[in-house]
Amino acid sequence: MSTTIITPEDIIKKGKIVFKKTENMTDNTLSYCPGCGHGVAHRLVMEVVEEMGITEKTIGVAPVGCSVLAYDFMNVDMTQAAHGRAPAVATGIKRVFPEKYVFTYQGDGDLAAIGTAETIHACNRGENIVIIFINNGIYGMTGGQMAPTTLDGMKSSTSPYGRAVETMGYPLKITEMVAALPGVSYATRQAVHQAKYVRKAKKAIQKAFENQRDEKGTSIVEIVSNCNSGWKMSPEKANEWLDENMLTYFPLGDIKK
Amino acid sequence: MTEEIIIAGFGGQGVLSMGKILAYSGIMQDQEVSWMPSYGPEMRGGTANVAVILSDERISSPILNEYDTAIILNQQSMDKFESKVKPGGLLLYDPNGIIRHPKRKDINIATIEGAKEASLLKNKRTFNMIVMGAYLKLHPLVKMENVHRGLEKSLPKRHHHLIPLNEDAIQVGMQKVKKVNTL
Amino acid sequence: MKYFQKGTHKKSKTKMEDVKLMKGNEALAEAAIRAGADAYFGYPITPQSEVIEYLMQERPEDRTGMIVLQAESEIAAINMVYGAAGAGKKAMTSSSSPGISLKQEGISYLAGSELPCLIVNVVRAGPGLGTIQPGQSDYFQATKGGGHGDYRLIVLAPSTVQEMADFVDLSFELAFKYRNPAMILSDGAIGQMMEKVYLPEQKKRLTNEEIIEKYGSWATTGKTKNRERNIITSLALKPEVMEKHNIHLQEKYKRITENEVRYEELQCEDADYILVAYGSSARICQKTVQLGREKGIKIGIIRPITLWPYPSGIIAAYADKVKGFLSVEMNAGQMVEDVRLAVNGKTPVEHFGKMGGIIPTPAEVLEALEEKLILNK
Repeated sequence: MSTTIITPEDIIKKGKIVFKKTENMTDNTLSYCPGCGHGVAHRLVMEVVEEMGITEKTIGVAPVGCSVLAYDFMNVDMTQAAHGRAPAVATGIKRVFPEKYVFTYQGDGDLAAIGTAETIHACNRGENIVIIFINNGIYGMTGGQMAPTTLDGMKSSTSPYGRAVETMGYPLKITEMVAALPGVSYATRQAVHQAKYVRKAKKAIQKAFENQRDEKGTSIVEIVSNCNSGWKMSPEKANEWLDENMLTYFPLGDIKK
Repeated sequence: MTEEIIIAGFGGQGVLSMGKILAYSGIMQDQEVSWMPSYGPEMRGGTANVAVILSDERISSPILNEYDTAIILNQQSMDKFESKVKPGGLLLYDPNGIIRHPKRKDINIATIEGAKEASLLKNKRTFNMIVMGAYLKLHPLVKMENVHRGLEKSLPKRHHHLIPLNEDAIQVGMQKVKKVNTL
Repeated sequence: MKYFQKGTHKKSKTKMEDVKLMKGNEALAEAAIRAGADAYFGYPITPQSEVIEYLMQERPEDRTGMIVLQAESEIAAINMVYGAAGAGKKAMTSSSSPGISLKQEGISYLAGSELPCLIVNVVRAGPGLGTIQPGQSDYFQATKGGGHGDYRLIVLAPSTVQEMADFVDLSFELAFKYRNPAMILSDGAIGQMMEKVYLPEQKKRLTNEEIIEKYGSWATTGKTKNRERNIITSLALKPEVMEKHNIHLQEKYKRITENEVRYEELQCEDADYILVAYGSSARICQKTVQLGREKGIKIGIIRPITLWPYPSGIIAAYADKVKGFLSVEMNAGQMVEDVRLAVNGKTPVEHFGKMGGIIPTPAEVLEALEEKLILNK
């Protein structure tokens, strides 16, 4: 294997592109908080779509939550779904356009609370779609309320004294749940808060879209992410907290492949 | 011509399918028809009834409070529908299991031993066609050729070999019907 | 606008194998295949389960390529419709009252996102789980909004099995013409009864290319290089933008009101009293007219076919001429409000209804007319 050494001269050379925003992202300013993982996750999905050459065949479904406006940033045909219903909406699109690529992009409240039935049944039918699931353990958009994925003892605006699992239930590992369904071909948990995770996450997203191309059934890519404003931390502290707490309960890696 | 019929009995007696065959026969004769069942979670043995209308004109209400003809196949239905026959109308019933026979004097009354004749034919499922034959003898609204076409249309193809048996049953009904009260 | 009389106009050109004795629900399902629908998403509920049962039995995917899917809930079904309709396809769902309540969120989104589709409600009497027997108690829900926000559905009310079949294609035509959801508001009686029906001819389903050509300007058919991305959404966070969208919707509703009112008028020319009724009630009232006229009472019927837009004009036109209107409904008095608005106090307007799944008989309607409008005068 030969290695190309990139020198600083190569980088600063006029006309040489070292990084380019995918055209599948619009020029609109992201509405996410500084330090939030959504921007990276958006970009990864859109890069994969571009690199696979399927932009003209891709239809995305945006949820209710922070990424409700995902269609402002993702430069593909998009449908905005009612809260939790994205997998049903995606089912409708995919069933009438089986040759297109359909993905949902959903948060934890959307996917694992109000949309549990739609998630489980789309997966159980093995709908040939990709589900991108952003899990940051909190309702970000509405101001930091408890999510189904909020950790034991974790504070939120509706669990101000910490989540008491005895009365509020346990943090839900829905990716493990749907991995148990025969309709699901690929279930994986990734992260995007550090460069080393970003590359793996992109590979996972690519595998998910390839599964759709190969008609393997449902692929779900969970991305454990941060919510510094919801968690009431600095972006840096939030990432540390994510490493120490979220990843202990929600370990990274493939759950089903 | 408009004929408004109620067919009422137990679920499983073929009440609904008799109505359907009658209605289909009407269609084959280019009549307007309607078939309005009492629907619901009725099980075999529960009550079932269907209002059938055959007409040369556009049918107004498919839901009625009185009928030209009542075809009664159990006691509950007798209790419910004897009074709903229009004066001068027809009440046809199978006396099998009937303990309170109709008393009205202002209507035509006839009987058909459908259950008995069906067991003589060694096929209980011919019951409803025997009763229909009795009715068609009294009110020959549709020609037998159209009944034949009605059977063809209403029975699935895999049951078409049963059409001759059904037609025999209709003939039995036509022969065995007894007039009890004639105006 | 007068509406055709049942049957007669079609006899000459319909093939005998297309003349069937069918339940309203079955006729509607067959008509959906023949209308060239692309997809049906549904969930079973009495008294309309025959729709999905018939479709599953018929294998429309083999006949026309139409997709049929049993969803996990009414909520999922309406959202599948939302996805498919957003892709420019002819999509539909059907249910009965409790199920339609569950669909209201999705219906509001469909209206807000301006998606054409067909929703069928074979009404049973409520509230709550109610009964499986027929009712007309969802009139308000169907015609005044139903879900949240200022929106309207185009609502068609069949009163025969023939119309259950005919209104499928009509609903899709209107839905796509105005980019608005359409509803067929039927009831358990029309759904369950069988009548003679002349089945419509098979329409071709649009190809993907035709869909892109016709609806590519707005539908999520995949963003090609020569156009901006299409977005299906009902969201506008800025109130100025949302206000503009609402004004646009209202202008559309005004156009629909001006152009799409449909009704049938029977024996009104010399009538002293007019019964206003739709669906199965209208059928019952036709018999009442017969009974009344035999007694020398001159009765006519106005049968709204579109419940929204409502045929207020024709009712207003008769308000000066007749001694009273009786709104006959299988509910506690819902449509009567629209009759009163149209009559605007010019002549008495009364309501007669039965609730809880009880169907009024023609004689009861006549009695009510005599009691409420004739004797009371």
